Amino acid sequence: MSQKVFAPWEDATEKPLIQFKGVTKKFGDFVAIDNLSLDIYQKEFFALLGPSGCGKTTMMRMLAGFEAPTHGTILLAGQDIAPVPPNKRAVNMMFQSYALFPHLSVWDNIAFGLRREGQDKDAIAARVEEMLRLTRLSKFAKRKPHQISGGQRQRVALARSLAKAPKLLLLDEPLGALDAKLRQDTQFELMDIQEKTGTTFVIVTHDQEEAMTVASRVAVMDEGRVIQVATPSVIYEAPETVYVADFIGDVNIIQGRASQDADKVRIDWAEGQPPIIGTTQKTFSPSQTCHFAIRPEKVAISTEQPEAPNVLQGRVIDIAYLGNLSTYHVELPDGTMMKAQTANTRRLSRRDITWEDNVWLSFTDTAGVLLER
Amino acid sequence: MNLRRFALIAVPYIWLLALFLVPFLIVLKISLSDIALARPPYMPQLDLSAGWEGITSFFAALDFENFVFLTTDDLYWRAYLSSLQIAALSTFITLCIGYPIAYGMARAPLEWRATLLMLVILPFWTSFLIRVYAWMGILSNEGLLNQFLMWTGLISAPLTILNTNTAVYIGIVYTYLPFMILPIYAALEKMDESLLEAAEDLGCSRIQAFWLVTIPLSRNGIIAGCFLVFIPAIGEFVIPSLLGGSGTLMIGKVLWEEFFSNRDWPVASAVAIILLLILIIPIILFQRNEQKAREAEG
Ligand SMILES: Nc1ncnc2c1ncn2[C@@H]1O[C@H](COP(=O)(O)OP(=O)(O)OP(=O)(O)O)[C@@H](O)[C@H]1O
Ligand SMILES: [Mg+2]
Repeated sequence: MSQKVFAPWEDATEKPLIQFKGVTKKFGDFVAIDNLSLDIYQKEFFALLGPSGCGKTTMMRMLAGFEAPTHGTILLAGQDIAPVPPNKRAVNMMFQSYALFPHLSVWDNIAFGLRREGQDKDAIAARVEEMLRLTRLSKFAKRKPHQISGGQRQRVALARSLAKAPKLLLLDEPLGALDAKLRQDTQFELMDIQEKTGTTFVIVTHDQEEAMTVASRVAVMDEGRVIQVATPSVIYEAPETVYVADFIGDVNIIQGRASQDADKVRIDWAEGQPPIIGTTQKTFSPSQTCHFAIRPEKVAISTEQPEAPNVLQGRVIDIAYLGNLSTYHVELPDGTMMKAQTANTRRLSRRDITWEDNVWLSFTDTAGVLLER
Repeated sequence: MNLRRFALIAVPYIWLLALFLVPFLIVLKISLSDIALARPPYMPQLDLSAGWEGITSFFAALDFENFVFLTTDDLYWRAYLSSLQIAALSTFITLCIGYPIAYGMARAPLEWRATLLMLVILPFWTSFLIRVYAWMGILSNEGLLNQFLMWTGLISAPLTILNTNTAVYIGIVYTYLPFMILPIYAALEKMDESLLEAAEDLGCSRIQAFWLVTIPLSRNGIIAGCFLVFIPAIGEFVIPSLLGGSGTLMIGKVLWEEFFSNRDWPVASAVAIILLLILIIPIILFQRNEQKAREAEG
């Protein structure tokens, strides 16, 4: 069974739905978005990820039409959207604060956008009912926003922004206020809705796990710039910079000097310690400073010395028990801390490694990535 | 515990009893009495020394004569109607002027709002009477307004504004404007601006968003403001008697004349009782609006 993988960004003939072309946004002297160029394709579930204040909401607001770029252009389906006012854009936004109309019932909130289009009554009613079913809100149609729970309110906001079947739906931290379980349910609901409606989603989130779960591609941002845009797995497995590696998930970063031999690199990282052997496609000049990034789950921990390309000795300082996983914090002889993660397939009482134990850490020569910066 | 709660509730009730119910009963009693050349100028007086007989003869002497009298002279119902009309129209004008001001204040930069609020309240620091007199100075034939208009060449002869209904409208609108602005401002200031963005995002123009979101969300403020202007404006006496002319018919003025010019306390009291009954309807409506607003806020 050969199913075509959804990857329009790899197809040169595919036209992006949204194009940021050298967009800069300044508030006074403050640069909120710095010369940003980015393509987002039809039917993507595109996640913006980054620390607070890096410009995610500003990007959304420019797409929705509430802010105008200081420089550069934004194209929607090939058209410059700068002269189009927010109410004429085929873009709907789900606000971080939901922004439900408190004087209208759930039903009227969802119907609000449809009524502005001047559709006839039956068409509106049918569409609202459909949205209510989709977001499982039928029971609450007559209530006012202050009479329903936070999670229900969030779904009303979602239904309202979906009702007009926009080309592009902007979700600004849509699940921020939900508990873990409801959040997970809603994530799957969102993906389901996206699949059914074929709408392009751009989602802002602080939660990297959420981005990894729902997104077709993730853009990691910092101080108004996009650092890397890639699929979640590439972001996780092959980050381009230490910043990205560090931002997504847990990682061990070891700094050292590179000496390359074909695709193998020897990293001398501490006096009197065996060098780390890594693999790379890049070229490092002799004794260039480089960073070796390896995820804790790719580091094995054992009480006996194993056979592996990289073996390091250390002492267990701390153990973080996460239920299904345990993370061991191991101190290497030069004081460097390294994390190793194992799945807890055995009961807690039968684990053979505890605090202060001397252990061996090992990993293959392809487990980590080599980064220049 | 219970005693404290009782005491707490009792305070406002005693207050109401002493300052509202007792005076009301006294006025009601006078309205049922007959005019007399005496001091006080009405009959009968309650004579407790005569015992039970005194009480029964006292109640026997009370009647609705004065109320019947009010219906025979069309002065009174015309005065009531004219008061209602002047109050309603000035409430409407106050709303038209007050809403944009409140809107501007609520949209002003945060650091300005306290100052703007202060400016709205500032006139209360001087006596109401002085401010009405000041308007006489402004509106009279040789007043500032006419001098200014003649200086600009817009008019060649002074406009007669003072001692007309126009002056009464100006006076009422000026005096009660803060009562309109403050509740509307309170409602608008609470409003989340992202609601307007949401409305625009869903396809509203700015103007549509204003009618569909801003106005409904400030509705309670509008209603409160209208009542706060309408209720006192009906019974207004100082403004029509200082700024109005002989043609200005307002029930407050009629009341004053009955009391002090005619010294007909019983008829004046009857006028007051009817006025109160007229006012009770909007007051109850106002109360209900406030209660609903509180419930809506949860
Ligand atoms: N109207 C404005 N005036 C001045 N500065 C602004 C304005 N709006 C945003 N900023 C600044 O622009 C930067 C980016 O803001 P933005 O709201 O896009 O951040 P964000 O990435 O959405 O952050 P968060 O994750 O906390 O929501 C911030 O430093 C913010 O202070
Ligand atoms: Mg934000």
